[in-house]
This record gives sequence, structure tokens and C-alpha cells, in this order.
Amino acid sequence: MEIPYTTKPRPDTGLYNAKVGIWLFLASEVMLFGALFSSYILLRVGAFVENWPHGLLNVPIGTVNTIVLIVSSITVVMAWASLKMKNFGKFKFYQAITVLCALMFLGIKSFEYRDKFTHYEVWKTDGTRMTGHIEGKPMFLTLAKVKAAGKEKIGFIPDPYHYSASKEVKHTAKEHPGEHKTVEIAVSEIKRLSAFVPAHSTYFAIYFTLTALHGLHVLGGAIVIGFLFGPGSKMWHSDPERFTNRVEVAGLFWHFVDLVWIFLFPVLYLL
Amino acid sequence: MQATTHNVAHGGADEAHHHEPGFMQKYVFSTDHKMIGIQYGLTALVFLLFGFCLMLCMRWQIAHPGQPIPLVGHLLERVLGDVAKDGKMSPDLYNSFGAMHGTIMVFLAIVPLAFGAFGNYVVPLQIGAPDMAFPRVNMASYQFYVLGGIIMFVSFFIPGGAAQAGWTSYSPLATSIPTHGQAFWLIGMVFLISSSLLGAVNFIATIIQLRAPGMTWMRLPFFVWAQFVTGFLLLLAFPPLEAAGVMQLMDNLFGTSFFLPTGLAVGGRLADISGGGSPLLWQHLFWFLGHPEVYVLILPGMGIVCEIIANNTRKTIWGYKSLVYSVLAIGFLSFIVWAHHMYLTGMGTKISAFFQTTTMIISIPSVILLTCFFISLWGGSIRFNTPMLFALAFLPMFGIGGLTGLPLGLAAADLHLHDTYYVIAHFHYVVAPGTIFAMFAGVYYWYPKMTGRMMSEFWGKVHFVGSFIFMNIVFQPMFFQGMAGMIRRMADGGANYSAAHNPGAIGGLSASMMGLHSVILWGAVGLAVSQIPFILNVFISMKNGKPANDNPWDATTLEWQTPTPPPHGNFAHAPTVYRGPYEYSQPGAKKDFTPQNQA
Amino acid sequence: MSEHPYDISKHIRGYLIIGGALILGTVLTVLASFIDLGHHWNVVLALVIATVKASLVALYFMHLISEKQLIYTVLGFTAFFFIGLMFITIAAYHDHPALTTTN
Repeated sequence: MEIPYTTKPRPDTGLYNAKVGIWLFLASEVMLFGALFSSYILLRVGAFVENWPHGLLNVPIGTVNTIVLIVSSITVVMAWASLKMKNFGKFKFYQAITVLCALMFLGIKSFEYRDKFTHYEVWKTDGTRMTGHIEGKPMFLTLAKVKAAGKEKIGFIPDPYHYSASKEVKHTAKEHPGEHKTVEIAVSEIKRLSAFVPAHSTYFAIYFTLTALHGLHVLGGAIVIGFLFGPGSKMWHSDPERFTNRVEVAGLFWHFVDLVWIFLFPVLYLL
Repeated sequence: MQATTHNVAHGGADEAHHHEPGFMQKYVFSTDHKMIGIQYGLTALVFLLFGFCLMLCMRWQIAHPGQPIPLVGHLLERVLGDVAKDGKMSPDLYNSFGAMHGTIMVFLAIVPLAFGAFGNYVVPLQIGAPDMAFPRVNMASYQFYVLGGIIMFVSFFIPGGAAQAGWTSYSPLATSIPTHGQAFWLIGMVFLISSSLLGAVNFIATIIQLRAPGMTWMRLPFFVWAQFVTGFLLLLAFPPLEAAGVMQLMDNLFGTSFFLPTGLAVGGRLADISGGGSPLLWQHLFWFLGHPEVYVLILPGMGIVCEIIANNTRKTIWGYKSLVYSVLAIGFLSFIVWAHHMYLTGMGTKISAFFQTTTMIISIPSVILLTCFFISLWGGSIRFNTPMLFALAFLPMFGIGGLTGLPLGLAAADLHLHDTYYVIAHFHYVVAPGTIFAMFAGVYYWYPKMTGRMMSEFWGKVHFVGSFIFMNIVFQPMFFQGMAGMIRRMADGGANYSAAHNPGAIGGLSASMMGLHSVILWGAVGLAVSQIPFILNVFISMKNGKPANDNPWDATTLEWQTPTPPPHGNFAHAPTVYRGPYEYSQPGAKKDFTPQNQA
Repeated sequence: MSEHPYDISKHIRGYLIIGGALILGTVLTVLASFIDLGHHWNVVLALVIATVKASLVALYFMHLISEKQLIYTVLGFTAFFFIGLMFITIAAYHDHPALTTTN
């Protein structure tokens, strides 16, 4: 006996197996990201305003990345439509763009990550705090590491303005930009030092967790779509209907990944 | 099916001919649901035994704190090092064993046995399908499970040992313990959760899509319904724990503060963290899984019990429709009762009232299920074979477990009983003499279908009587200890709080309460001895058991209408279903059972 | 799945329009974040735009606008449980006696 309904829809449900499977899987994904979103809200509502950084992410880059992902979402559905119209060449064309977009998204994201790893905040013992870069652009520096290296001072290049959760402060700070030059900070005056890594604050913790998990989904989707574009596309010649279904199912996953990002972008970058 | 298997081997090329699969393909990388079910079953039974052995060591430590464990103490010292110095169990080791006993029993033994093993083997057969909808996903699910199990097992041997924060892994404790056991636990859990998710997707899709012609929803055997609801519980309740696990892993490895509050002090010193997290968030996410998980543990057991009761009373099950609607109601409600585990977290009255209400409501469908099973016995000419004995024992055992849960669901009573041995007794009555008895019943019932031979009835009954008596000796005293105020998770079994240790203090645990520890210890040893006939029975019957025909129990459901053991693809021709699942003793029928596929 | 090729080509125009709308929505949400409406209204506006965009993706790209009953049922329950998880957790946090008495 063969497994039925691998290609043809079952009459009473109107669906083929893989489509039921992918939607069930997406339902579990909704709960996964839903739980993280709930955590985000809970942590944010419970946080002191000054501990929830705002405006530290690069909005133009985030916007570009959002558009990259939307374009890939368009091409993935166009690729499926091309197969439906029996146009294999166009399918290849669109799917190639999808994979390129996925790689571009990941490239931009890793550039953003790297940028954050060299960007620091210093909490001084007198209660003031500032953001900026440390001379020599080290990554992942912490107070413990500075002390272990036996340094007494660090060269710190403050950002032109300080961030704040309240936008007014941010705007007025922009009108009076700080001096863009190195200041020396004695290690003894530092209470805490952290790059913009997950340990910096619950904001960066949830930012990195959400975007990394989303990034893994992008990577997974890119691998699947890459497979369907490359070696997997042989199936078009042996079982075109099933191949079209595979492309549709992979596309559904890809749209979901896009959909998650549509929420992540405003929530993490803008609000 | 054949074509799908070939696709694995030959990279998608469709080949018309087929050949005998090699050893690896047949036993290790099998995509056949029956082989995967057996793989799941054997692995889960090994973990079940392992988890039980951990508990035996702990019971010795509780009854005789600080004394070397007989027989295995020096082995533990050699394998685990200083935590078991001189064969004695240190508190750290006790915590590890406690945490891992819970984790192994729940995630590595019962769920894989109930859902992975029985579900995999029986569901496709019962609905008349050739296999699961996604055979390769099924294989991946088993492999993820094994990987998760290996990670959990290896964590015993890393420096510092396995996780120590209990199977619930509450933060900030789970993050404050300075060993890597918790990280292993979390990574292991991510694999186990992924395994369950893949399994759940597969089960639900299979039940929806691959039912044989004529197998309408109301003709499904109740076991399939139970697995269907279980699948949804796993599908939707596990991901929040996966999210929580990832966050706790971030806390442990990258120094984040998801679950760590501002101003957290560890060992008298302010922790070097950003703070701002919420310990309660972990509890919410954990119990959002945790409560549906309880029903994941019990529903497949109920499904098995239903099959066996119908078969051995030779009657239609009473109230099939109420069973189905009850199990659906349980599934739905189990998602909105979770915080009844959290009354003592300083929960406000509004939320507490909400959860008390839903908790009381969810007991109704559970009672309906149990009542239907009891009424089904009425007027039956019952065959008391081994599976039926276990199934019958399930009913009162689950009844005790369920009813003792009601006081825990009410905040006022829970204030007193929370985190005492009463809680342990309650949920063990549900899971150990409850679910595990159902699992034993399932093994005895479906063993002939899997192997083609019957298990020994005599040794089966010995196994049953021993297990039944000793299970109750182990768990019944814990109710009393708990109500007397004995707190759980104490490495010395509460000796510090005993009246003997604190002369003159009010409320110390009396000598009789402390003495019950010895009773429980020897009950547990007796329980261990009672399992020996079962283990031997499983292996010896494989070769020497009485040969079984295709339908040794004269059952009606489809899994008995195929050759024994079923061939690859299960059915020679797609069966057509004409009737409900339990048509026993129908008036006018030639025999006292009418198979579902009989026109 | 018996759509006529003609149907599909009609859909393609739709896909492009939706894609355009999504990009427009992205630009809008960025612009809206620079207008100060008071923090709460900024949050509401951004989430409304995001929801609209997500709905477009779900309805048209994922074809949820013309999907089978079974999938609606599954997603309906999922949405219900997700909302339950989110709101009850947050409600429980705010029903905390320590918080309600000190504030």
C-alpha cells in the first residue's frame, strides 16, 4: 500500500498531506514566537524606563533588511505561480532571487551584530552612564577583562548623543551634540561596562534572542529553498505536481518567516 | 510506501523494483512506523528503568541519610567521583538525581512510550493507513529523541554533574548553580521538544489525512482520539517551553537576565548581571507546557485502557461520544489552567479565582471519562487476562490520583499542601500506578501483534500483583507524610525537621512519619523485584511464547485485521470501514465481535 | 488545485500589488516612528501597521483568504491559546498583590 494524498488533495479535507503538515508546524511556530513576544511585553512593561534602551539600532539598515525580506517573499510566491503556469525557467529565476535575498538578509544582519559587539555602554560609580566606542575597537570587553588585563584607564569615544527612552531628551541631545573625541575613564570609576551584547540589558537580551532565532529560520528556509532551486528541482521532470506542492510548502514557511520579521522590525527597532 | 523508502536511498529517483532493506535501513534508519514504534518503546523502557534506579538510590538516602548505598554505592563513587564519596549520596548528588528522575520519567520515558511507541505502532494500523504521513519526519523525530536522551545521560558525567534545580528548573536557582548541568539539560530539552513537535505534526496530519475509506471521525477507536488530542497538546504547549528554554540557556551561557530580577544576590554577593528580568515569567512559560503535559502523560494511557476494557468486557464501550467530547474538552481546558501550580507565588485574587475555576471545570471531563469506563464494566462477562488486570487497576489508581488533586487546585488548601509529599503522592498516583499501569497493559495487549507471540499469562499476573501491591505501599504513605507537613526535595528526608532532632519544638515530624520512609524504601525495592518477571517475560516470550494468530484477543479494531506481524505497508489492500470501533456481542452477529472492516 | 493558468496570471498582478503595499507599509511605519504622537499612540500605530502588513502576507501570499476549513480551525485554536498565554501572563503580573498595594 502506498501513502495516499501525497500529491492529490484528500476529498473531505481538500488538502494534501504536506500542506496539513506545514500549517500544523506553523501553528507551533506561532506559539514559539508568541511566547517570546509575550516575554518581550512582560519584560518591557516591568522594566524601568531608563533600563530599556531606545534608538540604539540602525533604523535605515533595518528598513533595508525589511524590504529585502519582503522582496524575497514576493519572489517566492512568483516562483510558485510560475510553476503553476508550467514555466520552469521563470521559477528558477525567481527562486534564485529569493535565495540571494535570504543571503543578503543574513549578511546585513551579521554586519549589524558585529557593529553592536564593538559598541559599549559605561555605568560610572557616580551614577552617570554613556555609550560609545572603546579605542582599538575591541569586541566583547567587560570590566572583569579590563581589570584582568591590569589596565587603569580606557580610552572612550562617546556617541554624539545619549539615548533615552524618552524621545524629547534624545531630540534635545541632538541639538547639542557632544564632543566627538576620546575621553579617558579611570577603571576605578567604572561600575559596569558592557558591549551591546545580550548581557547588556533585557532589551538586548530579547533583541538578540528573537533576531537570532529568526535568523536561524531564515537560514533554514534558505537551505530548503536552495535545495528546491538546485538538486531538488530535478523532481520537476519526474513528478511536476508534487514538486509544485513542495515549492508551495517551502513558500508558506518562508512567508511565515517574513511575517515574523514584519512584527520584529517595529517592535525592536522603532518602538 | 516502497517508493518513499527508496527515495531516501537513491536521492529521489523513482524505481519500480524493490529489494530487501539492509540491516541499518531496517533496524536503525527505518522509516517504517512499526519499527520506529518499537525503537521508541525499547528506548523508553530503558529510560524508565534508569529513572527508577535513580529513585531507588534516593529512597535509600531519604530513609538512611548519610549511609553508604548498598550494592551500588561504590560503583557510583567510581563513576561519579566525589559527589558519591565512600558510596554516600551527597546533597548535590541527591539534587541531581531528583531533577533527572523527574526529567527522565516525564520526557524520556512516559511521553516517548505513550506517544512515540504506542502512538507510532498502533495509530496508523487502527486508522487503516499504510504508514505515517511523513515517514522520514518520523525517523527524525526518533533520532532527535535519542540525541536529547544522550545529552541528558552524558550530563551525569560532566564535572559538577547533571542539572540540580529540579525537573521544573525554576529560575533564578537554575541559573545560580555554578555547574554546567543545567546547560546540558536545556540543550537536551531543545532536542526532546523538537522531537515531540515533529512527532505531533506527523500524528495529527496522519489522523486527519490517512484515515481509511469509511473511517469517519466517530468511528475512530478512542485510542486514536486520545493520541489526536495529545498531538495538539504537544504541538501548541511545547513551543513556549522551548522559548523559555532558549531564554534560560541565554541566562546560563551569555549572562542575560531574562529570569533574573534586579538586585539578585547569589551566595551573599550582588550578581554581576543587568537585572530587570522576571522569575515568574519562567514559571508561567514552564507551566503553560507543564499542565498540558500532565494530560499528554495520561490521555494515551486512557486510550489504551479504553481499548482493553471494550475488548475484554466483550461489550461496546459505554458513552463513546461523551468520551470523545470529554477528551476534546480536556485538551482545550488544559491550556488555561496552568497557573494553579503557582498559587504560592503571590498571585492576586482575580487571577487565582480564574485558575481555580478552570481547574475545577477540567475535573468534570476527567470524571466523565472515568465514569464511562466504570459503567462499561457493568453487566460484562469480563475476561481477567493480564492486560485487563492492569487496565482495571488503572481506574481506581487514576481515581485516587485525580481526586487528591482537587485540594491542590484550590488556593486555600494548596497553601498547606504545596511542595509537600502530598503533591508527590498525588501526581505519582496519576502517572505511576495510573499511566505506567496503562503502559504495561498496552505492552501485554499489543505484544502479540508486534512479535507474533503471546506473553506468559502466569508471569504477567505475578508482575501485576507485585506491582499493584508495592505501588500502593510506595505512594500511599506519602499522602500522610505530606499532610503532616513533610516538605519535598530534602536530601535528608526531613531529618532536620523531625521531632527527634528538635526536642521540644512544636510541629516537628513525628517518629511514625519519619518511619514511613523505611516502609516506602522497602516498597520501592519490592516494586523493583516485581519488574523482573516483566523484563524476562518480554525477552523470553519473543522466542518461546505461545504463537499468536492474527487476532488473538478477538478484537474489532483494524490493527487486528492485518497479518501478524504486519508487513511493510500494513495492509495488502486499503481496508474499508463499515462500522464503529467496539461492536462486540452484536445481536444477530455470528461471532461475539464484528471487525470494523466487515461489511 | 485545479486553478486554470489564466487564474494564476491574474493573481500575479495581485501579488505585485501586495508586495508594493508591503514596502509602502514599511516606509510608512518608519516615517510614523519619527512623528511624536505620545509613546502609547506611537506603539499602537506601529502595531496597527504591522498587523495590516502581516495580514496581507497571510491572506494573499499564504492564500489564507481562500483556505480550507481545517486550517482555519487549527489556526483559530492556536490564536486563542497564544492570546490566552500572552494576556493571562501579563494579567497575572499586574494582579500581583505586592504591586497593587505599593502603587
